[in-house]
Amino acid sequence: MRLYFGRKLFIYALTFFVAVTIDWMIPRFMPGNPILNVMARIGASINPIAAQAMYTYYQHVFGFDLPIWQQYLNFWSALIHGNLGISIYMFPTPVANVLKSAVPYDIFLLVPSILLSWYAGNKFGAYAARSKWLDNTISPLGYVLTATPYMWLGIILAWLFGIKLGWFPIAGAYSFNVAPSLSWPFILNLLHHWFLPFASLFLVGFGGQAIGMRNMIIYELEADYSHYLEALGAPKGLIRRYAFNNAVLPQITGLALSLGVVVAGALVTEVVFSYPGIGYLLLAAIQNQDYFLIQGCFLFIIIGVLLANFVIDIMYVIIDPRTRRGMMGEMA
Amino acid sequence: MNKSAAKNELLYFALRNRKLQIGLGIVLLFVVLAIFGPLLTRNDPFAYANPLGAQPPSPEYWFGTTFFGQDVFSQFVFGLRATFVVGLIGGGLGTLLGILVGFTSGYRGGWLDEILNIFTNIVLVIPTLAVLLIIAAYLKVRSIPIECLFIGLTSWPWTARAIRAQTFSLRTRDFVDTARMSGMKANKIIFTEIAPNMMSYLVMAFILQFGGAILTAATLDFIGLGPTNAISLGLMMQVAVLWGALQLGSWWWFIPPGLAITAIVGALYVMNVGLDEVFNPKLREM
Repeated sequence: MRLYFGRKLFIYALTFFVAVTIDWMIPRFMPGNPILNVMARIGASINPIAAQAMYTYYQHVFGFDLPIWQQYLNFWSALIHGNLGISIYMFPTPVANVLKSAVPYDIFLLVPSILLSWYAGNKFGAYAARSKWLDNTISPLGYVLTATPYMWLGIILAWLFGIKLGWFPIAGAYSFNVAPSLSWPFILNLLHHWFLPFASLFLVGFGGQAIGMRNMIIYELEADYSHYLEALGAPKGLIRRYAFNNAVLPQITGLALSLGVVVAGALVTEVVFSYPGIGYLLLAAIQNQDYFLIQGCFLFIIIGVLLANFVIDIMYVIIDPRTRRGMMGEMA
Repeated sequence: MNKSAAKNELLYFALRNRKLQIGLGIVLLFVVLAIFGPLLTRNDPFAYANPLGAQPPSPEYWFGTTFFGQDVFSQFVFGLRATFVVGLIGGGLGTLLGILVGFTSGYRGGWLDEILNIFTNIVLVIPTLAVLLIIAAYLKVRSIPIECLFIGLTSWPWTARAIRAQTFSLRTRDFVDTARMSGMKANKIIFTEIAPNMMSYLVMAFILQFGGAILTAATLDFIGLGPTNAISLGLMMQVAVLWGALQLGSWWWFIPPGLAITAIVGALYVMNVGLDEVFNPKLREM
């Protein structure tokens, strides 16, 4: 078990290292000068002396005036101290603080939608594999949902339920006229704003999971052990249960692999609903060419995905006894 | 059974597979629209054609006009072209890289496999979009070919992993051993012995990459990092949302682009299941 986790942690640490290196490298080796972009954005009209001072200032902030290896080491040391630079869009708030205030919204949106869509998708996928009628309704629906671009589903939901029917608000995390507090009116208000973005993430995820489960079960029911049980006269329910248990494992791996797509989906969904998570910040950062904020968003996304992957690895070990035994025995 | 008979059998099942028929039909419909649609429109997709601004569909403007009076149909058909280009080139590049890494890793094994595997796992864990957006954010001028390139360079890992696993299972088979003993070179064994035996797998991987590239491009475009010098379906949705198409009720502006993406990608997925049934006799519905 220690070896298994050791290996996983090694990969994640390496991934983090590579991600940070990419984060550091891109502004330095891309064509174009980020400092000039920032300055053009702040205003070309300022006088040349001020412009020169500003250029030197940014040169210093980015650390471009140092040797390259020094820049790289400084980047790491700043990172370890939680210093991600100052946001230009929300000047003079440090990027780390801007991101910290956005992350709870992402967790609030992503965790329930991932877990529920996984659970419901697997349930319905298993039903679909069982009956012709359900297969003919759930499967096409699943294919349509999983092929839907997240933002389009968000747009359609916002238009139908937000504008046409007026049931849900379509912007922000809570109304401006309620003050954040731990009271029922505020929580209800929060949930009211949360529902549509959650629903669009849930629906797309549900489609993918249902299709995946349905196909896995069909494969499992064709496997030798299923036929053998059938030949022995085992009840159908028992065979299905075995098939389900075996099909759930690849679905967990699949969940880990789909995290990147789900996170990307959350980013655009937040843009549609002006939901103040990282996606919404990112759009603002891109439009304002706030490079520190973009870099910070990138790092937060990576850290989030790595943590989620690790949680899934632990889950896998708990659920699959073979991994536990295998890891202690022959599989090194 | 000889080779041509086997091919005929596949063709027989392919032509009779409902899922394949429906999926292929929808994709072809949009391909035709992307090729010939631009010939049916007189308006430049960016030109402010209609002085009245946002207008619902009419005989003159089939899909209506945007807030700025641009012809939505014209934007839509040119956007479709961009979508297929991204799918074909971005998805194609992703598949190609996945095949190269997967074959090398799976057939060679050893330390090369170990390194490639670690590399694949790293790229697999890093969310594609996160890397794409940080690259795109620093590029002032972006074009569709550049977008394809980046999508292809980041989307290959899962294909590589799947192909590696398949190659592993094939490389110890008797016919591969025979080829190796006859002194065939590794490259030749991979491309004449192993690849043909997993052709169906490769085709299906390409279809999934095609669909994935389209969705990734739409996401990038929507977040404001799409091509700066061309129109695309994702860009249409971005502009529509930014300029209040929802509040103004201009449904003709934001429904067609998303609907087209959903239809194309969904049709590709259904096609894939159909192909799976054609290639894998166990799954055929009797």
